[in-house]
Amino acid sequence: MSDWLETHLPKAVLAPSFIAIMLFVYGFIGWTAWVSFTRSKLLPRYELKGTVQYEKLFASPRWDTAMDNLFVFGTLFIVIAMLLGLLLAIFLDQKVRSEGVIRTIYLYPMALSMIVTGTAWKWILNPGLGLENMVRGWGFETFTFDWLVNPDFAIYTVVLAGVWQSSGFVMALFLAGLRSVDEEIIKAAQVDGIPTWRIYSAIIIPSMAPIFLSAFIVLAHLAIKSFDLVIALTGGGPGYSTDLPATYMYAMAFSRGDIGQAASSAMIMMMVVFAIVVPYLYSELRAKHD
Amino acid sequence: MKFTAYAAVSALALITGNAALAGPEAEVLHYWTSGGEAKSVAVLQQEFAANGGTWTDMPVAGGGGDAAMTALRARVLSGNAPTAVQLKGPAIQEWYEEGVLADISNVANTEGWDKVLPASIANHMKCEGTWCAAPVNVHRVDWIWANAEILAANGIEMPTTWDEFNAASEKLAAAGITPLAHGGQAWQDATVFEAVVLGIGGPEFFQKALVDLDPDTLTSDTMKAAFDQMRTLRGYVDSNFSGRDWNLATAMVMNGEAAFQIMGDWAKGEFLAAGKEPGKDFLCASTPGEGFLYNVDSFAMFEVDGDDKRAGQDLLAKLVVGPGFQETFNLNKGSIPARTDVGLDKFDSCAHLSAQDMNASSEGGSLLPSYAHGMALRGAQAGAITDVVTAHFNSDMSSADAVQMLSDAVANSY
Repeated sequence: MSDWLETHLPKAVLAPSFIAIMLFVYGFIGWTAWVSFTRSKLLPRYELKGTVQYEKLFASPRWDTAMDNLFVFGTLFIVIAMLLGLLLAIFLDQKVRSEGVIRTIYLYPMALSMIVTGTAWKWILNPGLGLENMVRGWGFETFTFDWLVNPDFAIYTVVLAGVWQSSGFVMALFLAGLRSVDEEIIKAAQVDGIPTWRIYSAIIIPSMAPIFLSAFIVLAHLAIKSFDLVIALTGGGPGYSTDLPATYMYAMAFSRGDIGQAASSAMIMMMVVFAIVVPYLYSELRAKHD
Repeated sequence: MKFTAYAAVSALALITGNAALAGPEAEVLHYWTSGGEAKSVAVLQQEFAANGGTWTDMPVAGGGGDAAMTALRARVLSGNAPTAVQLKGPAIQEWYEEGVLADISNVANTEGWDKVLPASIANHMKCEGTWCAAPVNVHRVDWIWANAEILAANGIEMPTTWDEFNAASEKLAAAGITPLAHGGQAWQDATVFEAVVLGIGGPEFFQKALVDLDPDTLTSDTMKAAFDQMRTLRGYVDSNFSGRDWNLATAMVMNGEAAFQIMGDWAKGEFLAAGKEPGKDFLCASTPGEGFLYNVDSFAMFEVDGDDKRAGQDLLAKLVVGPGFQETFNLNKGSIPARTDVGLDKFDSCAHLSAQDMNASSEGGSLLPSYAHGMALRGAQAGAITDVVTAHFNSDMSSADAVQMLSDAVANSY
């Protein structure tokens, strides 16, 4: 009896969550995939109609804008947040006084929801209320900073707010990484008279490769599913110049009653995520086998 | 599908279980949740109760009805539709095609709706010849609001052509006043756009372009001229308009920061709430050009089981279109009654103008549905047009590119 329990109890305990995940994650991915091949409008319909939704999607200039924005936003957001996070971590690693306080300050934006971040930055960047108005009030009448209302630059304000929110978190990740590097190696290098920047660039940073990968994965999925930040900061505007795939999908599903179109955009978003995550998982799993 | 069948059966069991309770019953899904709107709905609730009905309120706020539509979808999919739902325009037909709307023709025929409603509005309430919805009010969309004091101080009359509007705006801009108060949200851009299309192209052009979606009309020179006028208007808004809510734009006109606003007659509610008087503090006129763009709120009745619920639908439909409710409700809401035989003694001068124009344009065939407010087109097509309009207004796109994009977007949206 106890043998039977020993072999079957773990399975029995895990079964409910396994079934729930199969149904609510993979089941609904399958459902969405099915719907993306139909002409569903207000309500889902299940007769397959081929790839018409995908053809519509790729012919839509708004989807193009959304994908371009995802590329611009994703790249800048990930690169800047990582660089800034690394820089902050290295500075904090110099055994500064009251490190705990400073670390908390930098980490704090992470505690805010994206909606709060977006709204605060919307006010700061609004030309009539925020920064531009304030600097003009100081007497610099020609000062302009209208990125938020300029369709060509509005996406960079989303990057700005996103970086502000996330770089503290990346800093914490890197700081933990820096602390985990073997002190002995660093001391040996110092004894050899190697300059500090060389110690960082040739010893510490290369040994932190796994941390870079984790940070990249976390930031990449934040970027792809980014929705609330754009809604709060720009509402997708001016025009639809700051639309991201997630806001496109929402508009199609909930404002326009075009479920088929929304499903096809969701599938493309999922493929983008897979394109990033699968190589990561592959390398992780392979590393364990070695 | 087993699951749905089971859900339907259990829902049926619940309903028949309740059937013992006598009297009309209605569960009403709506998104009238802001101050004036909530007051208007309360009027209907009281009347419903006074006629012996039981009203179950189901208000869903948010997203200009998007949240309510999501709730509706969930209810219909689970086989438990509300009795009546606030729906409007082609959305009524879309739901009808899903096979879930009820027929209320007996009420409509007894009450003689055909005689008291303008024909084009009545057509929205019919699904393949039977009545499936009841109209509540008529909002006019193509209004232009102005600050009376600013116009007087600059010697400007209310413009009757777009050229006059442009000349007046140049004069105001030279005097350091923002000519046009506008909020850079897609639906507001669309609201201005349809007023411009109606003014520049005329009612027939509007019908062909934004109702019938005729491809040649969409790429015509008249449409280019409409986009040119949009580009001109872009020069008359302040630099900080992006993302502004419509009521803040109204406040700019009220406070004398801007001269004009192009917005539906819900803007009147803002003026009145601030204690301003029509004709004295603020002026109302139709946007340049002839025609009347309407935005009609209505209740669609869903297929439900149980005699008390059906009785509730009939009672609700009768009350909603009844003259008493049409008067009280619209006084609260700022719109005008949908039926033409209601006395307008208690309404203000703007509402009188609106009612006059509605009757005149109904006879002249220029009573047209608003595309920007979901009366003329289905969600996907209206959305596709709005995308182009807002992209053009917020960039330096040429009018030629814009009309090309417009016809591509419409073709791609089916």
